[in-house]
Amino acid sequence: MSTLALDLSPRDDAPARPRPGADTLALIGRCLRRSTRQVDTVILGIALPVLLLLMFVYVFGGAIEAGMEYVDFVVPGIVILTAGYGAASAAVDVANDRTNGIVDRFRSMPIRSTGVLTGHVVASLVRNAVATVLVLVIATFIGFDAVASPLAWAGAMGVVLLYVLAITWVSVALGLMASGAEAASGFTFAILFIPYVSSAFVPLETMPPVLETIGRWNPVTPVADVVRGLLLGTDVAASTVWAALAWSVGLLLVGWLAAAVIFRRKA
Amino acid sequence: MTNDPAVRIRGLRKAYGDLVVLDGLDLDAHAGEVLALLGPNGAGKTTTVRILSTLVAPDSGSASVAGHDVVREAPAVRAAISLTGQYAAVDELLTGEENMRLMARLAHVPRAQVRDRAAALLEAFDLVDAARRPVRTYSGGMRRRLDLAVGLVGRPRVVFLDEPTTGLDPRSRGEVWDMVRTVVAAGATVLLTTQYLDEAERLADRVAVIDHGTVIAQGTTTELKRTIGTAHVELVLADGTTERVPTDGSVPDVRRILDDVERRDLLVAAWQVREPTLDDVFLTLTGRPTAPGAPALATAQETR
Repeated sequence: MSTLALDLSPRDDAPARPRPGADTLALIGRCLRRSTRQVDTVILGIALPVLLLLMFVYVFGGAIEAGMEYVDFVVPGIVILTAGYGAASAAVDVANDRTNGIVDRFRSMPIRSTGVLTGHVVASLVRNAVATVLVLVIATFIGFDAVASPLAWAGAMGVVLLYVLAITWVSVALGLMASGAEAASGFTFAILFIPYVSSAFVPLETMPPVLETIGRWNPVTPVADVVRGLLLGTDVAASTVWAALAWSVGLLLVGWLAAAVIFRRKA
Repeated sequence: MTNDPAVRIRGLRKAYGDLVVLDGLDLDAHAGEVLALLGPNGAGKTTTVRILSTLVAPDSGSASVAGHDVVREAPAVRAAISLTGQYAAVDELLTGEENMRLMARLAHVPRAQVRDRAAALLEAFDLVDAARRPVRTYSGGMRRRLDLAVGLVGRPRVVFLDEPTTGLDPRSRGEVWDMVRTVVAAGATVLLTTQYLDEAERLADRVAVIDHGTVIAQGTTTELKRTIGTAHVELVLADGTTERVPTDGSVPDVRRILDDVERRDLLVAAWQVREPTLDDVFLTLTGRPTAPGAPALATAQETR
């Protein structure tokens, strides 16, 4: 029978205190592993943005007058759209965890169980980073001409990272609210459409007045404008930078707080 | 170790809105025993386990596990227990081995022991061949075994099993029972919930029968059966009515009952000797069948 010694006797020295660092690392490792096993998520999060980039540039691009090479205009938009896909899968993962009982198991263990959410958020950031780099590399091959200094690049990536973090936490909160994985993916559908009514893909001035107004107030607009300005070396108004940061930090706080509250109440 | 009960529940109450789930539950589980909570769906079994495993706070009353209060000392309780719920709470996308190692790390198994412990449990639960496969590809029985195995990785003092064999085939049920015996032999306390009288009978040192959020009877299965009544001969008469005559099940006693039937000139359409079932427990203890609307309780053989 058994060749390995198996000790099932109760352990007396079990530490009761959580070890937030090690526990969260273990949970991040779990979600990163999961990310590599979900073929559909990998395709959605990485291949789809690349396909959209090619489609916008080659299919729609010729007909869009953006006041500059369209590929230069649209790449920041694609980067932000990518963030939406990465975040959406976090919502589905969180909803799955909550409904299939694994969150109950984590909550009955001597850990800080919100680490399970952190795990999904970090995995989403990593997935997004990979997808973003891929989009930028391919964009460069098809003519994207970023003149940005290293500092401006770092600034642009920082803005993207903050935005991704914000909408990932919002998605996690939505995923916790959803009754299940299907409902969660329905919720996040909205997130994927928000970038279209903004300055991400076409200049706002080309839209009908109602949509232009909506676009002005869309959080995606200042984020897209700042990333575009930094990468292309064009002028960005200080107010736009502040708007981008305020929106991202605001959404981050709302998403994070909502997730924490719902997790405690409902999970 | 002291002789404090492993689980101690006093006057536990919990309601969800108007629905009273626990209505002043009192219960002890002694260290080193298997205690079965027996009752129909909605009796409050799962809520009790969820409170004991710190997932839900009670409205009033108190509960302690391994000497720690479940509300005030939740972290100490969590370090002493493991919970295996009704659904296989393992990660579908990870392999069996990865699940084991993840849970070992989260249970704070010393780093150097994580690998060996995971390997030993996978072997003990007959999952070595499947260890490198994603759990998604597992059968229901394998999933359940993994679920139970990861619950033991941290060497818990008290093990909660919520309906551990519901939906399993007879062979897998037997394996789960063997495992429970092994864990208890190693010194842990097991509190399990079940709807199956035979499961409680085979596995539990003591049984607590729960209905509408209170314990309506408890004791060893032998003691319980004495209160419930013994087996009986069930006679279905030609006119459709049913008559039940208590029996000790022995040949002379059954012969006596059948002789009596003959003497009374009863026309019998069908007859059988029936052991007490959980339905009988409820009928005897509450004077009514199991909860209205709920499916009738049954022994495992009948539901198969």
